[in-house]
Amino acid sequence: MNLRRAQYELAGRLVGPLVLALESWQRRLARRPRSSRPGPFGPPLQATRKLKELMSLHYYQGRFAQGAVPVAWVTSGFPVEILRPLGFHAFYPENHAAICGVQRLVPPLSDAAEAEGYSRDLCSYARTDLGSLLAHRTPVGRIPRPDLLACCTNICQTVLYWYRALASHLKVPLVLVDAPYVYRSARPHLVSYVKEQLEELVQVAEGISGRRVEPEALVEVTARAKEGTRLWGECLAQGRHRPAPWTGIDGFFHMAPIVSLRGTESCNAYYRLLRDELVDRVRQGIGGLVEERHRLLWDNLPIWFWVRELSALLAGRGFNFVCTSYTNAWAEAGARIDPADPIGSAAQAYTHILLNQDLANRLAILGRLSRDYAVEGAVLHSDRSCKPYSVGQIDLKERLARELGIRVLLLEADHSDPRAFSAEQGESRLTAFMESFG
Amino acid sequence: MKALAIGVDVGSTTFKAVVLDGAGHVIAYRVEPADPRIEPQVDRLLDELQSVAPGAPIGATGYGRKRVRSGRPLTEITCHARGAFAHVREGGVLLDMGGQDTKVIRFGMDGRVEDFAMNDKCAAGTGRFLEVILARLGVPLANVLYETLSAGKAVSISSTCTVFAESEVVSLIASGEPVAGIVRGLHQALASRVASLFHSGRHPGGRVLMSGGVALNAAMVAALEERLGRTMEVLPQPQLVGAIGAALTVLPSAAGDIPEQGCGPP
Repeated sequence: MNLRRAQYELAGRLVGPLVLALESWQRRLARRPRSSRPGPFGPPLQATRKLKELMSLHYYQGRFAQGAVPVAWVTSGFPVEILRPLGFHAFYPENHAAICGVQRLVPPLSDAAEAEGYSRDLCSYARTDLGSLLAHRTPVGRIPRPDLLACCTNICQTVLYWYRALASHLKVPLVLVDAPYVYRSARPHLVSYVKEQLEELVQVAEGISGRRVEPEALVEVTARAKEGTRLWGECLAQGRHRPAPWTGIDGFFHMAPIVSLRGTESCNAYYRLLRDELVDRVRQGIGGLVEERHRLLWDNLPIWFWVRELSALLAGRGFNFVCTSYTNAWAEAGARIDPADPIGSAAQAYTHILLNQDLANRLAILGRLSRDYAVEGAVLHSDRSCKPYSVGQIDLKERLARELGIRVLLLEADHSDPRAFSAEQGESRLTAFMESFG
Repeated sequence: MKALAIGVDVGSTTFKAVVLDGAGHVIAYRVEPADPRIEPQVDRLLDELQSVAPGAPIGATGYGRKRVRSGRPLTEITCHARGAFAHVREGGVLLDMGGQDTKVIRFGMDGRVEDFAMNDKCAAGTGRFLEVILARLGVPLANVLYETLSAGKAVSISSTCTVFAESEVVSLIASGEPVAGIVRGLHQALASRVASLFHSGRHPGGRVLMSGGVALNAAMVAALEERLGRTMEVLPQPQLVGAIGAALTVLPSAAGDIPEQGCGPP
C-alpha cells in the first residue's frame, strides 16, 4: 500500500471520523440554545446527525483520493456499481452542485462559468460544476481530480455536452453511455445496445484502475445497490402513514447516500438506521409536522436554495409533501437490478430511469404515487434548469387534476440558481394554492 | 345593515380600498396610484375609511398585503375569485389584468379557486406593457378605442416584451406606419400573450369575467374577445374586485359571505 493510499484509508477510517467528531463537538458548544417556542415541525430526526457524518466523511475522504485510488466523476444516473469493485472513488458533480445550491454559492460559481462563455441558459448544475472547476472554489474542501468521467444520458442530454466540456478541461477519458429514450418500455435491442456499452465501460475502467473486475465482487456490489434502493424505498414508504413521519423536504436531504454512495455498505447501514427511526415514529404517531392537515406530492428537483423557506411556508399551514417523484426515482430503479446478471440488469434498470421515460409512464407513476400516498394536491416544479423533467408538465397538471380530482400547481423556479426565481411570486402562488384548499 | 368590512388591495401600480355593508354592497371606496412607500399611504387611507366604518375588520390583498396593519392577508387570487363570485354567484373564469400581473382564475360553483395561472418573471402581457407603449406613442388611454376602431388594419407587433416592443414601435413609426394601426396591433399582440396564459389551463365553458384596471380599456376587451372567441363580461368597477373580495373574507355576518344582491359600485 503506497503512502497516498494509506492517507486515503486513514482519512476514511480514523482521521475523518475524528475530525468530524471534533467539529461537531465545537458546533454543539457554539450553538445557542433552541427556542422553546413550539413550531409547526415535529421533533427532528435523530438520523440527520448520522447523515451529516456520512456525507461529510465521504467528501473528507475524497480530498485524499487523488493518486490513492482511481477517481471517477459520475452522473447521478450512471451505473456506478460497475466501478466500485475496481476501487473507484465516485464523485458526483450533481450532488456537489446541490450542496452549493443549498449554501447559495451558485451565483458566483455560475459567474465564473459564464465568464468563460458558458451560457446562463445552461443547467445551473452544469454551470456550478464548471464554475467550481474554473474558479477553484468548493464548499467541500477539495475535489479529487478525476481519472475517468462517466456519463449516462438517461437523465438528460445536457450531461453529454457538460461532460465533454469537463473532458476538454481536464484532459481525462470520458465514457459516455447513451441510453435511448423509453416509450412505454425499452425494446430488447435498445437494452442490448446499452449493455454493450456497459461491457465496453468495464474494459475502459479496468484499464484505468489496472485491475480486473472480479465477478463475485460485482455481484456483491450489485446486491448491495439493490438492497440500498429497497431500503430507501422502505424509508419513503413510511410517508404513506398519517401523519407522515417526516417531510418531503427531509427526504431531499436524506437521499444523498442513495445517489452518491449507492452500492456501499455504509449507504445501506444508514438507511436501515433511518428506516428504523421512521418506523418507530409511525408507531408512536410522531409526524414530520405537529399537525398534518393536507398531503401533497412534489414533482421535479427541489429548489435547493429555498427549501427551508418553502418547508416553513407550507408547514405553517399544515401542508406536507408526503411524497416526491424525485426521491422516489431512486427507489423505483432498484426493482430491475438483479445481482444474478449485474451488467444486463444494469442496462435494464438504468435505461428505465424516470427521466428517460415518456410522458405516459411519468403520468402513470405520478398517478400511482398520488393514490398510494393519498395526496390531495400536487406541486409541479417547472424547473428552468431541468427541461427533461419539466417538459409536459402542463399536460401532467391537467391530467392529474382531471383523472385524480386533486389540485395541482405549476411553480416556476430553478433547482439551484436563485437568479432565476422570484421568492415573492413563488410565495404568492403557493399561498394562493394553499388558500384554495379552504 | 350594521356589519361592515374594509378591503384593501395594495397593487403594484394602484391602491384600491372599499368599505362594504353587511350585504356586501360598496358604501365607500378609494382608488389611488400606489406609492412605493406603502405604510404611510395605507395608514392614511385606512384612517379615512375607518372614519366611515370604525372598528370594521380589514381584509388585505395585493403585493403590499402584509404591510396593512391589523389586516388579514390573503392572496390576490383568492380575493379576486371571491369578489367575482360574489357578483355572479356561479362558477366561472376570471381574467384579471392588473399593472404587473395577469391572472386567469377558474372558480367553482362554491366560489373556491379550482385552478389559476399567472404571468411569471416578466410583465409582458400586463397593463404595464400597454401603459409604456401608449406613452411612447403619445396616445392617451381615453383615445385608445377611437384609435383602434379608426385603424384600417392592424400593424403586426412581433414582440410582447415591453422593452423590445418599445423599440419595435419606434422603428415602425420611423418607417411611416400609422399610429392607429400600431395601437391596434399592440392590443392584438397583448391579447395573443394573454390567450396563451388563458389556454394553459382548461376552461371549456362557462362565463368569462374580467377585472383589473385593463378591463377599463374597451379596445383590450374587444381584442380579447376576438382572440379567445368568448364573450368577456367586465365586472362593475373592475379595479375594485380584489378589494371587494378581501373585504368579503372578513365580513362578520355569516350570511354576508355571499351577498344576495351581488355587489357593485355604490
